[in-house]
Amino acid sequence: MNRAAALTRHTLFWPVTVWVVLLLANVAFTPGFLSLRIREGHLYGSLIDILLFGAPLILVALGMTVVIATGGIDLSVGATVAISGALACHLIAGGHGLIVALPVAIGASLLLGLWNGLLVTRLGIQPIIATLILMVAGRGIAQLITGGQIITVDSDAYKMIGGGYWLGLPFSILLVAAALAVTLLLTRRTALGLLLEAVGGNAEASRLVGIRSSGLIVLAYMFCGLCAGIAGLMISSNTLSADGNQAGLWIELDAILAVVLGGTALTGGRFALSGTVVGALIIQTLDTTIYTAGIPPRMTLVFSAAVVTVVCLLQSPAFRAKVRRRPPAAPVPSAAEQEATA
Amino acid sequence: MTRPVLEVSGISKGFPGVQALDDVAFRLLPGEIHALMGENGAGKSTLIKVLTGVHEADAGTVVVGGAKASIKGPLHAQRLGISTVYQEVNLCPNLSVAENIFIGREPRRFGRIDWKAVRRRSAELLARLDLDLDVTAQLGSHSLAVQQLVAIVRAVDLEAKVLILDEPTSSLDRGEVARLFTVMRRLREDGVAILFVSHFLEQIYEVCDRVTVLRGGRLVGEYPIGELSRFELVAKMTGQELAALEELDEESPEAVRGERLFALEGVGRTGAIAPVDLDLYAGEVVGLAGLLGSGRSELARLVFGADAADSGRVRCGDELVSLRTPRAAIERGVAFCPEDRKGDGLVMDLTVEENIILALQAARGWTRPLGQKRRQELVGEYIRALRIHPPHPHTPVKNLSGGNQQKVLLARWLITRPKLLILDEPTRGIDIGAKTEIQRLVVSLAGEGMGVVFISAELEEVLRISHKVEVLRDRRLVTELANDGTLTPERILQTIANGAADR
Repeated sequence: MNRAAALTRHTLFWPVTVWVVLLLANVAFTPGFLSLRIREGHLYGSLIDILLFGAPLILVALGMTVVIATGGIDLSVGATVAISGALACHLIAGGHGLIVALPVAIGASLLLGLWNGLLVTRLGIQPIIATLILMVAGRGIAQLITGGQIITVDSDAYKMIGGGYWLGLPFSILLVAAALAVTLLLTRRTALGLLLEAVGGNAEASRLVGIRSSGLIVLAYMFCGLCAGIAGLMISSNTLSADGNQAGLWIELDAILAVVLGGTALTGGRFALSGTVVGALIIQTLDTTIYTAGIPPRMTLVFSAAVVTVVCLLQSPAFRAKVRRRPPAAPVPSAAEQEATA
Repeated sequence: MTRPVLEVSGISKGFPGVQALDDVAFRLLPGEIHALMGENGAGKSTLIKVLTGVHEADAGTVVVGGAKASIKGPLHAQRLGISTVYQEVNLCPNLSVAENIFIGREPRRFGRIDWKAVRRRSAELLARLDLDLDVTAQLGSHSLAVQQLVAIVRAVDLEAKVLILDEPTSSLDRGEVARLFTVMRRLREDGVAILFVSHFLEQIYEVCDRVTVLRGGRLVGEYPIGELSRFELVAKMTGQELAALEELDEESPEAVRGERLFALEGVGRTGAIAPVDLDLYAGEVVGLAGLLGSGRSELARLVFGADAADSGRVRCGDELVSLRTPRAAIERGVAFCPEDRKGDGLVMDLTVEENIILALQAARGWTRPLGQKRRQELVGEYIRALRIHPPHPHTPVKNLSGGNQQKVLLARWLITRPKLLILDEPTRGIDIGAKTEIQRLVVSLAGEGMGVVFISAELEEVLRISHKVEVLRDRRLVTELANDGTLTPERILQTIANGAADR
């Protein structure tokens, strides 16, 4: 196999290619698209905007990746985003400091993740159903907390999380970078990643080598809840308000899409955290492109769908094999397959 | 002689890399129960799939009711009068018994389904076979045996001339089997030809008239059941023509029996294996012999805790221990290479290295990862020692051949330094070179003091490396034979065939 072929097989190749193509398309519409400038000590530019607006999605998608790696899925992240933001704003508006508001919001998110994990492992409910419960109920809880209103708060310290700058960069970008670094460390520097991939790849084999899969799966859902909770703080902090109804609406679908675009299969097993980040960036860049290219609003959904379809096709080995002129030889079944057919 | 209702000849069917059927002939007479026998991979399933139109044969002719036919699919087979009932009942458990019998061909009245007629006719059909059931009850509320009978009733009402029963008894208890046999005999009186597949010799001799034996995709022969002793039948299935048995290795392995590792006292599991007493010693290789479905894998799974025993207890020294989960067994130094390498053993998407370190890593916990260097050393050592090919630790394990996958599985457990190693069919489906390597490895591991439980369908292999042989039959441990140099495959076969007499 030559180098180019090896390169195109890398998990990150197609997502990164698509992202770069999207960015170049933007440059075509807006020549100064990629330029960065410093104003009042802060870094500005379209790239920074993409990262800034995409920060909550990247966070949620990171958690989603880990859950999907175990062979599960979490539909309740949007509801968790709403609950976390609502709790924080409710407490701040009630006169509590961040020292109370943030730990309570984060703790609640962890609890919600724990709930999902227990439904999946202890009660054996299919993940899509188990998390659907909280997806629906969670919105209700968030609206109960906000009393059905949009709570607004006035706190400069709280504004920092989603709208502040630090060292010239938006604080939320730094927060996401830190989250990515910690997740990479936890999964790749400990054995956590390997054990997760084993559980997602073959649950029965994992049981038979003595992996405590239930504990791992609960941990994955809690991590996913945590990520969604922090994303919820970011979103509500950016606008200094909490909207139980709208915050994080449909973010679970974007997050799942980001994971898939990044090259992690929904069947579980192998996962690619950096792929997920690129996947989320593609989605966010697509949003930006729609504005810069002046695509009429009524076309935006169709346009996004088209790009997503192209990425999915590029990732599909079956499609790539079809496109090539010479169809590849039929895979030679292994001995076990031969036994099964004999 | 009556004309066969179904006759096939010269049937061949190949899959990439394997010839599943090679010039097989077979005929079925009206009003007979005909057993189709053969070990795993003999081609039974493929033959049935050809008869039901699931697979198309590469060559050969099929004659149904005197006319040449090419069976295009399961529906077409049904129209030709060939119905099949599989081991797993493929009916709808959430529908009623009557609905299941008539689904897809409900009697209609004024364009609407005539539910009264559905119920009445279902009851009639069941009554013909002496079955008294509430036809309005959900099928799923009945036992598996009854569900199977309902499937048969449905098949027979489709005007079946040929009824294929593919291992219908494997999950039934004695009473249920007797009931099934009554129904089968009644159908035989009505002139239905029944093709019966079962791994239980006892049942074949109880209910069948004739038997066709396949081995390795080839026809061995067709015999009236009365003219074939059990011993001959087993010999024909396993292909161990006794005169032609190759010479065993120079010497039987020396027994260097060490301390007793585990003593099983009445360990069993309902529906899997009757309670077993067995002592396992360090440095001793225990062979488990028996036909498929005799309970050999089930026993192994109990010792490892892959399934939890529901009777008996296990002693380690004088201490009572629990081996009810894999984790508990692993902590006690038990290791297990399952029969289904792909399904229960390897994580196919992971690399050779990841698969090898998995058990050790699971025991250490996620907070204590094996360092890069330690991983390389360990994995490299075992790739070399077991000659895993290709010798690249980062190849996905799915790209390896069956023999090398087996070695990966072995390496996974060897790096945990187990006291007792359980191997379920470690050499099946792998080439002869890898096979001897694995056999040699087992002997040397025992020589170093490891206890081994070795399961194989090949008796020479069991004899070559075991110190004692436990013979299983019909989910029961029948007897223990010491491999003292006088033990022959012939005697093991005899015990497998006549086990009932020894009980």
